[in-house]
Amino acid sequence: MTRSRGRLLGLLWPPVVFGAAFLVIWETAVNVFDFQPYFLPAPSAILDAFRSNTELIWEATKVSGLNALIGLVLGTAIGVGMAFLLARFRLADDLMSPLAVALNAVPIFVLVAVFNNMYPVTSEVPRRLMATLVVYFIVLINVARGLREVGSVYLDLMRSYAASDVTVLRKVRVPHAVPYLFIALKIAAPASVITAFVSEYFGGLQNGLGSRIVSNIALSNNAEAWAYVLGACLLGLAFFLTAAALERVATPGGVGARERDGA
Amino acid sequence: MSEGATDGRANAVEVRGLAKVFNAGRADAVEALLDIDLIIAPGEFVSLIGPSGCGKSTQLRLIANLTEPTRGEVLVNGKPARRARLDQDYGMAFQQAGLFEWRSVAKNVELPLELKGWDRAGRRRRAFEMLELVKLREFAEHFPWQLSGGMQQRVAIARALAAHPPLLLMDEPFGALDEMTREHMQTELLRICRETSTTVVFVTHSIPEAVFLSTRVVVMSPRPGRITDVVDVELGPRRGVDTREKEAFFAKVTEVREALRGIQPAGIEPDIEQVVEEHP
Repeated sequence: MTRSRGRLLGLLWPPVVFGAAFLVIWETAVNVFDFQPYFLPAPSAILDAFRSNTELIWEATKVSGLNALIGLVLGTAIGVGMAFLLARFRLADDLMSPLAVALNAVPIFVLVAVFNNMYPVTSEVPRRLMATLVVYFIVLINVARGLREVGSVYLDLMRSYAASDVTVLRKVRVPHAVPYLFIALKIAAPASVITAFVSEYFGGLQNGLGSRIVSNIALSNNAEAWAYVLGACLLGLAFFLTAAALERVATPGGVGARERDGA
Repeated sequence: MSEGATDGRANAVEVRGLAKVFNAGRADAVEALLDIDLIIAPGEFVSLIGPSGCGKSTQLRLIANLTEPTRGEVLVNGKPARRARLDQDYGMAFQQAGLFEWRSVAKNVELPLELKGWDRAGRRRRAFEMLELVKLREFAEHFPWQLSGGMQQRVAIARALAAHPPLLLMDEPFGALDEMTREHMQTELLRICRETSTTVVFVTHSIPEAVFLSTRVVVMSPRPGRITDVVDVELGPRRGVDTREKEAFFAKVTEVREALRGIQPAGIEPDIEQVVEEHP
């Protein structure tokens, strides 16, 4: 117990020290070089702005966070479902895989502009749709891989046990895909938050973190804009940490399979 | 050569006129095995040895019905190979231990029993018995990645024998282990097979390993694989560290080496055992 706590401390202090040093240098630089607030506000000014706007930031965070969460849940559900179809049917795989790869190469954020056209201006649907789409592809590609890329020794073994396809799916493919799902979630969770912000840049209601950042910059409230950026960072971090915590709970032994392979 | 069981029991393995061609009928067809006849009686320990690419693994996979023959017939316990596989008449171990990393050691050993529909308590009891047999009882709740390569391979053997199959098929199971662990595992395997009276078909390309383990060593030629020689090894049922230092042991090693020397090496062509069939 004390040993693992010691190790945790050993893991924690380098980034903490680095982060603190970074903030000190930033603060000092702003003071020494006398940067104007419109160029770069000092960390202390950002923190002040964050404190005095906490309630507004929280309201905006709830809006963007809900959009991201809905996208994350829907995208994961559809992605996992589709991955099962791809793993089961060759034809579906042949049809979908090139499409998924092609779409992945396109900056699909821009689709939100099209979605905005399809719904009323006050609708949150386009943003949620966008987050769903981004999450969907990340989950689909990873989970399909986890279901498919099972070592031949395991398939031989299951064949020697006269196991049916359904049994192989239940006992081998699904458990094998679980770590892949969490790899996908650790990427998709922050990505859904980013997508929710960026989607706000393309119009619609001005109620989320993304649109607040833009409007504060437009009003030259730079410290406030940075305070909203800080809020956005915290939201992204919260999503990532939740995904990482779920991974720890869901994987026996407490670590993802990939991390273990690398260790 | 043994002519099979005389006490009325079915032969453990009967192979007649067996041939295997990969990609048959196509330009890239590869003849892996030709005219294989082999009868293995219950209680025998038979090694298949030969240069890589001689089809020894393919032959084992045909006995296991992991792949279908092009011609010929395979009987396991007197049944067609497919029936024997469906009845789970054999256990199998590969060069990779192939443990499921999300299952504890005990749960890995339980898997074949789980698939046979055993109840939880019965599975548990048998798994612990098997782990006792391979001397890993205290690692039951560990996960595979916490074990060394040799220990993982012992778990794989425990799993292969969990349902007490009369036949054990092993494809270079100790190939990835260091020499010391390997010799230890060989002694352990002989003890386990003696205690469980299991028949073994064992693929290897190590001559001393084949001689130490086997009652019979089947020598095969490279592609197309044929049986060129069969060497009986009469070193008695109890073999240990001393066996490896005996004159008779060295004599048999020499005999097998000479049987192999009459064979042209497979050359630099790709290894036939690497030909992987697509799983539908």
